[in-house]
Amino acid sequence: MAYVAVKGGEQAIRHAHAWLGETRRGDPVTAELEIAQIEQQLGLAVDRVMAEGSCLDRGLAALAIKQAQGDLIEAIFLLRAYRTTLPRFGYARPLDTAAMRLNRRVSATYKDLPGGQVLGPTYDYTHRLLDFSLARPDAAPEAAPQAAEPQPAAPHVTELLSREGLMAREPEDGQEPADLTRQPQSFPADRSARLQNLARGDEGFLLSLGYSTQRGYGNSHPFVGEIRQGLVTVSMVPPELGFEIDLGEIEVTECQMVNQFHGSRSQPPQFTRGYGLVLGRCERKAMSMALVDRALQAGALGEDRAAPVQDEEFVMLHSDNVEATGFVEHLKLPHYVDFQSELEVVRRLREAAAAEPRSVEAAE
Amino acid sequence: MTADPGYNFAYLDENTKRMIRRAILKAIAIPGHQVPFGGREMPLPYGWGTGGIQVTASLLGPDDVLKVIDQGADDTTNAVSIRHFFRRVAGIAVTTRTREASIIQTRHRIPEAKLTEGQIIVYQVPMPEPMFRLEPRLTETRRMHGLADYGVMHVKLYEDVACHGEISIAYNYPVMVHGRYLMSPSPIPAFDNPKMDRMPALQLFGAGREKRIYAVPPYTSVRSLDFEDHPFRAHRAKGCCALCGAGDSYLDEVVTDDRGGRMFVCSDTDYCEERQASRTENAA
Repeated sequence: MAYVAVKGGEQAIRHAHAWLGETRRGDPVTAELEIAQIEQQLGLAVDRVMAEGSCLDRGLAALAIKQAQGDLIEAIFLLRAYRTTLPRFGYARPLDTAAMRLNRRVSATYKDLPGGQVLGPTYDYTHRLLDFSLARPDAAPEAAPQAAEPQPAAPHVTELLSREGLMAREPEDGQEPADLTRQPQSFPADRSARLQNLARGDEGFLLSLGYSTQRGYGNSHPFVGEIRQGLVTVSMVPPELGFEIDLGEIEVTECQMVNQFHGSRSQPPQFTRGYGLVLGRCERKAMSMALVDRALQAGALGEDRAAPVQDEEFVMLHSDNVEATGFVEHLKLPHYVDFQSELEVVRRLREAAAAEPRSVEAAE
Repeated sequence: MTADPGYNFAYLDENTKRMIRRAILKAIAIPGHQVPFGGREMPLPYGWGTGGIQVTASLLGPDDVLKVIDQGADDTTNAVSIRHFFRRVAGIAVTTRTREASIIQTRHRIPEAKLTEGQIIVYQVPMPEPMFRLEPRLTETRRMHGLADYGVMHVKLYEDVACHGEISIAYNYPVMVHGRYLMSPSPIPAFDNPKMDRMPALQLFGAGREKRIYAVPPYTSVRSLDFEDHPFRAHRAKGCCALCGAGDSYLDEVVTDDRGGRMFVCSDTDYCEERQASRTENAA
């Protein structure tokens, strides 16, 4: 066997990238994917990449998905790496999600409520039977019927509960929210830092953590007070103008979970809130985020903290999939030197053990 | 409606149905005991009622009449969806009338009308283990069931009484079946618990994600846990149904505006409609 020195790596990398490009393209007989097709027809993948990539640009997200061959974590990584090069020119005003132009709005706690239930373009009640008609290119689908009346005002369910005193209001402390893209995480973290962390966090990780709360690892007794999806206006106050201007609209998904709370010495029993807000149509993520957000309030509410999901450090330090994938996958990088030193130690210990065979038997 | 020819009658293949029926028979033989079964992937998501759907699919015959409710209502989206599913893959007759149904699949309610001999009610169950909030490990709870060691649940109820002056479990209120097994009644309101006791109909419970089936045979004792000095009480919203005037049914609260306006209506839509129809008849 030939000894492959690291110097051979340069050519190997060049060739590997050429092979990667070929693999990405697939059989050239098939048409090449256009960015617009990904952006339009793989919209939920684009949404996930934008949300976890923390960068709202459908075209760039679609490009990242194409470049990554549909590996969404790789695409998120690409988008994050691009985002970090963009100058930060200010912070937007808080979004007013109560004024959202709704495409979807469901409450699991009330059968009917002001603003009504709006299913929107959901998979919820589809039967998961493969639709073979999609396998052949076809004409445009049937047009969906349009509502005749404009959407009535839809106040938040949690607001309805708060007015009755049944739900704790979130205190407004007037503090600037944390920004984890500028400041490293520190513990204990405040809720704004936790929420930002969760909003950028990996959907799968949050999903499993949220799921664990439902199976008894950190009780949360959740109800979906409301899920809403739609367009909200982004506005900001540029310092040079000194007044608020609208920048445009973005699509978001918001989930507010209503959770039981038995009260404490200082607070009567009431409902508490788990909050999830995610860019785009990432409903599974928004719901998971709301479950985890509520579980992380255990300490503040004087509940037991025994489950992983209630451990702020555990959750926040492992939620980021770009960090996680980097560290897990780095294990395939060369570790010759460290391993060599391990080899030496193990050999030394074995020699020592072999020299005293009786001590092992005596211990038994 | 005829069944979709692309699938076996009622979706599942016959061997799978037989496996599920065996689990059901075992469950009936040991009332309240959770029987593991080889739950299948279904074309609806876990949590939507895959356990109930598998139980129903294994029970259905061509002459069955199926009723599906969610939150007591036939017209909730999930109930509509499951009913459509069985119409499509089994082509069987469906109904919204409790009395006419041979099989009732339900999520979170027991109909107000008394169920009768020969009827089967299939509950959709999210977490079959009644003690999961107290002990999440299945190895532990299995041991506790084996020894009928239900101390943790009694302590939980006692702590409720000590802290709040009452047992504060509003739904999924634990029950003792046939004096032996502690059982989750599924997340029905505690209001519905008394209906389970000595019910003439067969009660089956399917948990798809957790892959468990359990049962309460007809006329079996089902006792809600309580204490002599703090007896079980079934609660409902105060008031009457705004549509049919019922003062004995379980009520849904409907928010009518954002200024505190609300009304109460029967959660059981069939019960409510039947009462409204008979009132119209009496008036005419």
